[in-house]
Amino acid sequence: MAITTTTRSPRPAAPAAERRPRARRASRAAPYGYLAPFFVLFAAFGLFPLLYTAYVSLHRVELQTSQQMDWVGFQNYTRLLEDPFFWNALRNTFTIGVLSTVPQLVMALGLAHLLNYKLRGRTFFRVAMLMPYATSVAAATLVFAQLFGRDYGLLNWALSSVGLNPVDWQADTWASQIGVSAVVTWRWTGYNALIYLAGMQAIPHELYESAAMDGASRWKQFLHVTVPGLRPTIIFTVVVSTIGATQLFGEPLLYEGNAGGGISHQYQTLGLYMYEQGWSFFHLGRAAAVAWVMFLLIVLLALANAAIAARRNRTDR
Amino acid sequence: MPTFRARRTATSLGTAALAAMLLLTACSSGSSGGSADAADGKVTLTVDLFGTFGFKETGLYDEYSKTHPNVTIKQSDTQDEGQYWQALQTKLAGGGGLADIQGLEVGRVASVMQKQADKFVDLKTVGAGAVNDGLVPWKAAAVKSADGKVLAAGTDIGPEAICYRTDLFKAAGLPTDRTELAAKWSSWEGYLALGKEYVAKAQPGNVWTDSAAGMFTAEVGQQKVRYADESGKPVYDSNPAVKSAWADSAKLVADGLSAKLPQWTPEWNKAFTTGKFATLSCPAWMIGYIKGQAGDAFAGKWDIAAGPGKTGNWGGSYLAIPKTSKHQKEAAELISWLTAKEQQVKLFTKQGSFPSSTAAQGEIKALQDPYFNNAPIGQIFSESAGAMPAQVLGTEDGVIGKAFTDALGEVERTGTAPDAAWQHAMDNIKKASGN
Repeated sequence: MAITTTTRSPRPAAPAAERRPRARRASRAAPYGYLAPFFVLFAAFGLFPLLYTAYVSLHRVELQTSQQMDWVGFQNYTRLLEDPFFWNALRNTFTIGVLSTVPQLVMALGLAHLLNYKLRGRTFFRVAMLMPYATSVAAATLVFAQLFGRDYGLLNWALSSVGLNPVDWQADTWASQIGVSAVVTWRWTGYNALIYLAGMQAIPHELYESAAMDGASRWKQFLHVTVPGLRPTIIFTVVVSTIGATQLFGEPLLYEGNAGGGISHQYQTLGLYMYEQGWSFFHLGRAAAVAWVMFLLIVLLALANAAIAARRNRTDR
Repeated sequence: MPTFRARRTATSLGTAALAAMLLLTACSSGSSGGSADAADGKVTLTVDLFGTFGFKETGLYDEYSKTHPNVTIKQSDTQDEGQYWQALQTKLAGGGGLADIQGLEVGRVASVMQKQADKFVDLKTVGAGAVNDGLVPWKAAAVKSADGKVLAAGTDIGPEAICYRTDLFKAAGLPTDRTELAAKWSSWEGYLALGKEYVAKAQPGNVWTDSAAGMFTAEVGQQKVRYADESGKPVYDSNPAVKSAWADSAKLVADGLSAKLPQWTPEWNKAFTTGKFATLSCPAWMIGYIKGQAGDAFAGKWDIAAGPGKTGNWGGSYLAIPKTSKHQKEAAELISWLTAKEQQVKLFTKQGSFPSSTAAQGEIKALQDPYFNNAPIGQIFSESAGAMPAQVLGTEDGVIGKAFTDALGEVERTGTAPDAAWQHAMDNIKKASGN
């Protein structure tokens, strides 16, 4: 199919082309050929599920009787918008997103700045920072869940040993959201720091030297040289973290080991809400509707990010 | 006509894709696959269970293999029934990854009978139609379809009592004698009153019982009609028995008698080796759980007495054979043997799983348990089982029970007002139900 899209060159250098038309056509088609595997896989595992999910979301489908699909139109969507638990999940996704993304990126920026100096054992620190990222979500969350235990957790033990009241890190709304965010922050800070570090190393060293000559302190250098130079990298990490936060799933699922997101759904994210509809309550149609709403939400967020970035670029010029 | 055909192809294509996706998910839950056939007539039977059935612990598989040398049994299990149920549903929908024998909890059988009866083997067709003949009538009736199919074999039932810590009772100056205690807590009010007395005298931080959820489940378990009535109509929101169990549990929390521990979590498990709670609502199978969690160091510190109302049922299970099994005859033979009278007696003796077979119940009446100060567990649980009503099982029992116990968790852990929490439970049930 790729071949049909290639057109003949209008160039007048006809003789060569007439001599070996087949080889030329093949060489034209080659890039498409190389791209094809990706698009075939994408169609099978990306596009088809996406469209099929849309189809399922317009039906009433129950896992226990999944052969039977009853057309319900947009009922799954209207029901979703009327469901207070959906709005609760949306709110939680947003608050947990802010609670985890903001400290994570700020800390990553600071860490990257420190690692950019000539330190002894720099490679060690850089590798160490990537360790949380390489740890499985399940393992990390289970360890954190132990730390955050109400009666026998390390954190509450520390709190009570300095005379503070223990906190119920599971049942309390803010405490539990902070708990989940802590796992996310711990996992992704190092990863973002490394991306920032790579961005920083692309900033010409002369800029720092001349800034230093002008008497700029390290803090001033960071503010006026590093941050502006990193702007494209920062936008990239913000976009990626926003998408990650919208899809947040593993950490809240494993925090207490159930899809409800706590006894009052106080840290149930959209991803978890979808999973609960599909795999705890077995309403596949409704889960598919949630999936599509999440997809549209992410598209909107990405567009908003792009618009903001484009606007900033324009005002800069 | 062509459009019709095209649509059908699209639908079946879609169904196949859905099944494939489900299969993928099912595989990730990592259970044993189907059984492999060996050329020499040997058969491997896979058994997939939740919690602790005790077949392996009691050595029943080894015993069976001695008389059936051609059969090898492989068991896999999931501690949490909720997770087990989810995985089972995924596998049933995908039609793959199912074991030859699957366990079913009593709160789920009504759902299976109504929605998935076609996915399990009618035991009559594989020579095990009589498997439930000697069981208490309601246990057998729950898995018999309107047209007479027998879809699962009954294992244990869960008659209720109260387990308590004699050492803590003694330290707080409470009586430790079973009969005396049973008289004091013959009603739930009496149980709460004694709890108040205990908390006033016990060490600070040590309270009466583990959770409001435990008490609620036990109290609701004494009713014939709980969340749905005989016609299948949901009555969870209006049933006075459910409301009164809710009120009692809320009072338990208000009086500061609950340790606020969510059941089946690591925190709860750990508390078995502390003095955090002194009593526990105890269906018979909890005996095995206590021994497992508290361990030998606590032998002789626990005891059992008849509970408020002296009856109730909490839990109990079944074994069923999915139609995908390649060894339905052999599997049927195994489950007939596992649920037979002799094996039920052994399971109660070693594991505390109370027999559903009336003949087995007759044999264990005199049994005592040394771990629990030689408590006459045979007598206590037999009396509880004898007074047990024939419970009406609803299709959504599991989901509704969880919504109520979650809401009680809110009451005790976040200080939510009981009325607001009740409303949360109602909302949650609506969210979970299929309309």
